[in-house]
Amino acid sequence: MAVSIKDVEKIALLAKLKFNEREMEKLRGDLNKILEYIDKLNELDLEKVNPLENINETENVSREDKVKQSMDTELALSNAPSKTGKFFKVPKVIDK
Amino acid sequence: MNSTPKSFSEINSGLNSRSLTCVKLVNSYLENIQSQKDLNVFINLFEEDALKRAVEIDGRLKAGTAGKLAGMVISVKDVISVKDKPLTCASKILSGYNASYNATVIDRLLEEDAIIIGKTNCDEFAMGSSNENSFYGPVKNPVDKTRVPGGSSGASAVSVASDMCLLSLGSETGGSIRQPASYCGITGLKMTYGRLSRYGLVAFASSFDSIGIFGNNSSDIAVLLEVIAGIDKMDSTSSNEPVKNYSAILKNNIDPAKVKIGYAKEYFEEGLDSDIKNGILLQLDKLKKEGFEIREISLPHSRYVIQTYYILTSAEASSNLSRYDGVRYGYRSQNSSSLEEMYINTRSEGFGEEVKRRIMLGTYVLSAGYYDAYYRKAQKVRRLIMNDFENAFKEVDFIVSPTTPTTAFKLGEKVDDPLSMYLNDIYTASVNLAGIPAISIPAGKDRNNLPFGLQIMGKKFDEAGLLAMWNEIKY
Repeated sequence: MAVSIKDVEKIALLAKLKFNEREMEKLRGDLNKILEYIDKLNELDLEKVNPLENINETENVSREDKVKQSMDTELALSNAPSKTGKFFKVPKVIDK
Repeated sequence: MNSTPKSFSEINSGLNSRSLTCVKLVNSYLENIQSQKDLNVFINLFEEDALKRAVEIDGRLKAGTAGKLAGMVISVKDVISVKDKPLTCASKILSGYNASYNATVIDRLLEEDAIIIGKTNCDEFAMGSSNENSFYGPVKNPVDKTRVPGGSSGASAVSVASDMCLLSLGSETGGSIRQPASYCGITGLKMTYGRLSRYGLVAFASSFDSIGIFGNNSSDIAVLLEVIAGIDKMDSTSSNEPVKNYSAILKNNIDPAKVKIGYAKEYFEEGLDSDIKNGILLQLDKLKKEGFEIREISLPHSRYVIQTYYILTSAEASSNLSRYDGVRYGYRSQNSSSLEEMYINTRSEGFGEEVKRRIMLGTYVLSAGYYDAYYRKAQKVRRLIMNDFENAFKEVDFIVSPTTPTTAFKLGEKVDDPLSMYLNDIYTASVNLAGIPAISIPAGKDRNNLPFGLQIMGKKFDEAGLLAMWNEIKY
């Protein structure tokens, strides 16, 4: 299943990225080359194999549900590219 | 260039006899950093802070109240948080970000009076095998400045190889410590997954990522590891396995008669440079003569490692890197009329080409209709690869292989061919898929006088065994 320019456009939209035509073409080529290489996995019979989701296979690591001091607002906002009062500021979400 | 002490024990005896001070030591490293600026090792140098801390620690040494790591000067890959210092991940997208907290490993080493000399360059978000994917420019290999140092922790390796510090903290997802160690002719240790807390290590692929150490000898790494290893409540994947007294274990010599070493035939097939192949076989022969039992083993799924690795790590990366949206920290594109546009512009302008390629690949393999064909399938193959190791370790204690198929390549040689760049990880990525520890140790030089490493892979949590085996490898 070769990746088309339309696929690249769709994936870019999902990934919140944009590319110009030349980059798009390069990505299509790269992705196809990588996916073609990846297709080697189809040689394997995996019907009865359990997927490995957690490398040390630990289960339900939990902690006590206690209120603790966390990062204060001032520190959390100190790196904000734009802020107002106690909030991060972003471009308008709702049209006028 | 200043010649600096090659081991922590040499530093300690200098400090004890008062022939050395932390200030003198830090100054020597700083001079070496200045005189080798062309290697492009540091993104941020902590010149003033390191000297100020050196004065304080010299005071504590005099008073007899200094910590265990007093006199240890360390560089840190710029993907690990050091509070109030810029944290860039070698990416434009984190421009202007100052870390809000210390990584757990940083807290622990500062507590014991180690000195951090600065943050080292790397591939952007640790994605790469050449240290060329950096917003701050490529790093050069000190052995041959026309060649790459390896990656992604390339500059961390160079900082140790070029006497800019004693040890360096790097990180690994698929070989990012062992490969540059091999290319630069030093040693790098990748821990068992979960041995070191990942809290404060910027996430690339969370089920693979681990912090590791570059150094000149086993006892230095042992001392540092004792301080920074162990469970951390801030990382639920950190292991509660007790931390060993690595230094004490290293004091006892290995009895070769009790150790079985495997070599996987799959790691010596086509694609491996003949000088490296001969060098590793020579080392195996030496080990055999010393009395180690050498046994051929098989890791039958080796030929599926790179495919599995790139599906899973790209998928995890696409998810982990979704947090970079220009809202809370770092770079924000200025000319956007809507929130959506701001996200897209920020990410498109802020990420470099390789990072975008992996986000795209990861998004693709996770997208509707492809999840089972790629991601799920790769998780299944990951189990087969882990089983290969579990079976092998029923027969042998360690597995020896080359670290890389070639020695350091030329700067620019592979930047336009991502797949050939990915194949650099062919002998290292299996270790991260299986979550086991491994070490790359200098083992020889090729026809062009370029160094190559020998890799030893071990059972989970047998870092002590790997360090002890290091002492047996001499070339």
